[in-house]
Amino acid sequence: MYAVEVDNLTKIYGKGETAVTALQDADFKVKRGELVAILGPSGSGKTTLLTCIGLINEPTHGKVVIDGITVADEGWQGGIDLKRMRREKLGFIFQAHNLIPFLTAQENVMVALEINGLKRFEAKQRSVELLDALNLGHRVNNYPSALSGGESQRVAIARALANRPRVILADEPTAALDTENGRNVMDLLKKLAVENNSAIMVVTHDHRMVENFDRILEVSDGRIVAEKSNV
Amino acid sequence: MNLAIRDIRYHRGRFILTSIGLGLLLGVVISMGGIYRGLIADALAILNANRADIWVVQQDTNGPFAESSRIPEDIKYRIAAVPGVAAVSPLALQTIQIERNGKPFRFFLIGYGMGSFGGPPSIIAGRNISQKHYEMVVAKSMKIGLGEKLRLGQNEYTVVGIAENIVSSSGDPAAYVTLADAQDIQFKKSNHAIRNERTKIAAGADAIATFSQQQADFLANNIIAATESTHTVNTVMVRLDAGADLKQVQERIQRWNYLRAISDAEQTTILSKGMIEKARMQLGLFRAILLVISGVIISLIIYTSTLDKIRVIATLKLIGSQNRVIIGMILQQSLLMGILAYGIGYAVILLTYENFPRRIVLEAFDLQALFVIVMVICTFSSFVGIRKALKVEPAEALGG
Repeated sequence: MYAVEVDNLTKIYGKGETAVTALQDADFKVKRGELVAILGPSGSGKTTLLTCIGLINEPTHGKVVIDGITVADEGWQGGIDLKRMRREKLGFIFQAHNLIPFLTAQENVMVALEINGLKRFEAKQRSVELLDALNLGHRVNNYPSALSGGESQRVAIARALANRPRVILADEPTAALDTENGRNVMDLLKKLAVENNSAIMVVTHDHRMVENFDRILEVSDGRIVAEKSNV
Repeated sequence: MNLAIRDIRYHRGRFILTSIGLGLLLGVVISMGGIYRGLIADALAILNANRADIWVVQQDTNGPFAESSRIPEDIKYRIAAVPGVAAVSPLALQTIQIERNGKPFRFFLIGYGMGSFGGPPSIIAGRNISQKHYEMVVAKSMKIGLGEKLRLGQNEYTVVGIAENIVSSSGDPAAYVTLADAQDIQFKKSNHAIRNERTKIAAGADAIATFSQQQADFLANNIIAATESTHTVNTVMVRLDAGADLKQVQERIQRWNYLRAISDAEQTTILSKGMIEKARMQLGLFRAILLVISGVIISLIIYTSTLDKIRVIATLKLIGSQNRVIIGMILQQSLLMGILAYGIGYAVILLTYENFPRRIVLEAFDLQALFVIVMVICTFSSFVGIRKALKVEPAEALGG
């Protein structure tokens, strides 16, 4: 079973003469434990692809299957709780890490766990384990404003991993980091993909990072124009 | 995890400052209610202090507090003889404004019959009046020391006692003198005026050609005696025997065509409804306006605070947060702000209300009702923020 299956995925914004096709006939599958890059220039449709897989944007046509569950087939599937799917199956990492500024590093991880129904004590324990694993054990009580860019991104990764998602979607996770921190984050994602058996899809336009990925999907003008494997 | 508490903890300076501002506004609302209750308490203070069953006043008047009333003092003997009447006490009441230490000094003067009821309710310093003339007892709030002298009318009066605070229906502190002194102060004319009137009356009597000198003198003396008499009072208070029929006693007194017998309950209505109705409406309207302003302010604060958190809300939605988590965060913040502001407002008034120029009476029911209203306002005010939050798309969390 694939972690992500995308079949003829199309997204059109607007209607009639003002309609813009952001994504057309995207077709691919991502295995568990696979690290996939979505590469392309600005406005090529890579973030649209990510938001459709991330259950944020409703596809206009085509099919999206996450961990064997068909979530979209010519529109959202009835009876699917998208929020629950996002909580349980997906993890998100952003360019600007998007940590909640009034929560400490530990609480930022705990919030994802508690939203998913984990008891406070268990959430506390798991958040400490995760932050320790990402070498942030000494920063658990720090607010995001006191963390460096690299540390903040690692907290965001810990939050994305908190509920052991099947798929992690990352939008330019290294864009705001220097080369060294960027490389560290990529190494970490690669390690986690294997350890957690999660599919990791990373939107990037940073060609320096491509060697880290198992597979690269190149997007241009809303279409997947090339697919390259590093394995 | 309580996101509202954590947000407040992180932004506590801003939250506390906002709550203080709102608290001061709510303090004004609380004080308005207290002033209204104080108005009622003041209006009924003399009534409650005297515990009379009937107030006998001039016919067709709502005296002696709401309207002017004058009746002869000797009517007290006839009223005392009515079956069912246990005791009577005439009162002469007058608002006085004099100059003291170069400033206007206003108080309510009560003249009561020595040995009868109607005097100061409790003396907290000095003694009660023991001489028929030139002694007075003053309310504590008048801030006059024992032994001080006040010139009222043509005579000086020595303060011999300080009474607990008692005020007139318009909030002026009360002072007590004997009935005879009060009548002199209120009704006795100056020596110049007396001489002038006597001359006028004698000249008028002398001008009657058919009268002998003896008849003219007799007539003039009688007119002078009538016009110079100070034996007038504003009301006669009546206490009934146990089991006496109030209505019957009222009817008996009102048979004399120039009197009206007002029951204590009727007097309470006259004072509380008639005299302070407009003030009540004014204060009520003012309170309502302030509460609306508070509501608008809370709405704006919550809305602005929600706008500040758009990215946080979008992130929460993206990671799958239920709407109730987001609604709870905004609603709880609004309610916590209301609770803190209410507490601050209440504390401010509690610490300062004794220094207000008018009496503030804080009643538990009013405070509880206001608290509930504030909570309702906070709940409704948070709806604008909640509406905005629910419209936030998870996609807003993406991008730089």
